[in-house]
Amino acid sequence: MLSVEMHEVCKNYQLGQVAVPALQAVTLAIHPARFTVLSGPSGSGKTTLLNLIGAIDRPDQGSIEVAGQDILRLRDDALSAFRARHIGFVFQNFNLLPVLSAYENVEYPLLLAKVAPAERKRRVLHMLEAVGLADKARNLPGQLSGGQRQRVSIARALINKPALVLADEPTANLDSATGATILALLRTLQQQEQVAVVFSSHDPQVIAAADDLYTLLDGKIQQKREVRAKELA
Amino acid sequence: MSVFKLAWRNLLRNRRRTVSTLLTMIVGVIAMLLFGGYDHAVVYGLQTSFVRDGGHLQVQNKDFFEFGSGNPAAYGVRDYRRVMRVIADDPVLKPMLTVVTPTLYLDGIAGNYAAATSHTVMVFGSEVTGQNQLRQWDDYHFGDAHRRKPSALTGTAPDAAVIGMGVARVLQLCDALQLAHCPKPQPEPRSAAGPVLPADLAALAQNTPAPPSDQRIELLAATASGAPNIARLRIVKAQSQGVKALDDRYVGMHLAQAQRLVYGQGEPMVSAIVLQLHHTRQIAQASARLRQLFAGPLRDQPLAVYSYAELQPQYGQITGMFGSIFGFIALLIACVTLFTIGNTMNMVVLERTGEIGTLRAMGLRRGGIRRLFLCEGVLLGSVGSVLGVLAALLAAGLVNHAGLSWTPPGSVDPSPIAIILWGENGLMLGTILILTLTATLSSWWPARRAAALDIVDALRHA
Repeated sequence: MLSVEMHEVCKNYQLGQVAVPALQAVTLAIHPARFTVLSGPSGSGKTTLLNLIGAIDRPDQGSIEVAGQDILRLRDDALSAFRARHIGFVFQNFNLLPVLSAYENVEYPLLLAKVAPAERKRRVLHMLEAVGLADKARNLPGQLSGGQRQRVSIARALINKPALVLADEPTANLDSATGATILALLRTLQQQEQVAVVFSSHDPQVIAAADDLYTLLDGKIQQKREVRAKELA
Repeated sequence: MSVFKLAWRNLLRNRRRTVSTLLTMIVGVIAMLLFGGYDHAVVYGLQTSFVRDGGHLQVQNKDFFEFGSGNPAAYGVRDYRRVMRVIADDPVLKPMLTVVTPTLYLDGIAGNYAAATSHTVMVFGSEVTGQNQLRQWDDYHFGDAHRRKPSALTGTAPDAAVIGMGVARVLQLCDALQLAHCPKPQPEPRSAAGPVLPADLAALAQNTPAPPSDQRIELLAATASGAPNIARLRIVKAQSQGVKALDDRYVGMHLAQAQRLVYGQGEPMVSAIVLQLHHTRQIAQASARLRQLFAGPLRDQPLAVYSYAELQPQYGQITGMFGSIFGFIALLIACVTLFTIGNTMNMVVLERTGEIGTLRAMGLRRGGIRRLFLCEGVLLGSVGSVLGVLAALLAAGLVNHAGLSWTPPGSVDPSPIAIILWGENGLMLGTILILTLTATLSSWWPARRAAALDIVDALRHA
């Protein structure tokens, strides 16, 4: 089963009276446990594509299946539950909840999934250990550096063992060294957890790390390239 | 991480704004509760004043209240000693009663022969012991400082009487009673062109000495049979009665003297039997029991029972006026709370739009977002109102220790300016509940707006 299967997806944004096409007849497949990069210049439709895959936006046309589920058939509450269970998000601006500590930020998706307290604690501590922030568990986001915040964000995205992690230019706001560290961490965890990661970026470092690469231009897939051979069952 | 905990932390994020919102609420709650407490003090003060004057309940001939003022003698309570005994000894009423005392109301004409003046008066005949017991009632603990002095008739002769300051003025008894601030009428100069007395009458008038002006008046009243009767009374004191209409007509005297005036040697009756209870809340129970007695051992005459509120319509008018003002203030405070918290929550939603997008993307449902913001409103409302109640209790304590007093309309004795809050749990809990509900209501719309946000738009806002 593919992690994501999109077919002939179109999405327009309304700019006053004018409909601006963001995606035009996009068809793609994201394989499980692969590190897929969406590349392309600004305005090419990377974020729109991620939003549609992440079930936080709806296309005007086409079909989308995520983890075998036709997400366009789900109503709002069911879609929320689906996201909580199957999808993790890593944002460019980290988007941590500023009133929660690093521990609590990572724990939050488990609360939404109603995981038992003891299991929550075990998993959060393990995940903070994995991202190298076990000693910063009590720190609020404001007390962490940009790189540390993004590590918390990655831990939060992976804590619920999702089928898919969507990372929208997560290294764009970081210096190159930190960005490289974050990329390496995400790549490592992706392989450890065997989760499909879709990473939007036009950073050559990121492109070099991809298993699969989709290049977008003006809302269309310009190029699809398998960087590393699939190890499909 | 419960929703309340998260909401609480979010409130602490922008402390200045939260404190400012809370302060607005606290000031509103203080204003509301201080006036509410003052309203209670006024109501209790008035109630105490009326209950000390005329008891909680009065047993009367059933038609006395409607028609008795035209002919008090015809609507009296017969065999009133037996009626009082039945009431006082009743096993249900006995534990509730503090005083059972008779009183007789009648109209008459009071005259001061020495000054050649007379005036229509209202006469209140009462037993001094009972009246003094009535004055001890202090169920709301206003204290000895505001307790009434014993009746001026205490220890006086049977022909003693107390009159209103207006009666003293009209009957020109100011000098005899040595009253200060009691003006005397200036006689108009006789016109030379006026009628001239015949010489013999003028000489008689010239030679007849005017009787000395002392403290005595004559009281003319109609007996039960309609014949005129006169009592000569010795005035022991003139007292202000608070209301000019009463002050100009009040004569208080011993019950026995009043009964002799009206009933002569016949069977004495009374206009009412005054009953005072331990607590005002016992009125309904006592009234119900009295009606049972009227249908039982006291069925030989038509009796009815009236509460002080029925006998004194101004009680309801005054308390109603204060109640209306309190309601208006409460409405204003609720509106201020509604808009203050609504405004705060709208700003909160605007500032946290990005967070709302993040939470929704992570899988929090619209209902969860709604609950989160509603919780913040509820917390603001409940914390603000609880702090407001505590601050109001403190302010009330300060006012109560200031020892201020005022004389309410229709009252003679000054009442303390008190803020009765401590123990008024209904008022305090009601205020907390109303303001918390108002806060919930005012945060409902921003919460709904937050829940309805499009996730992508919200994330873009960040």
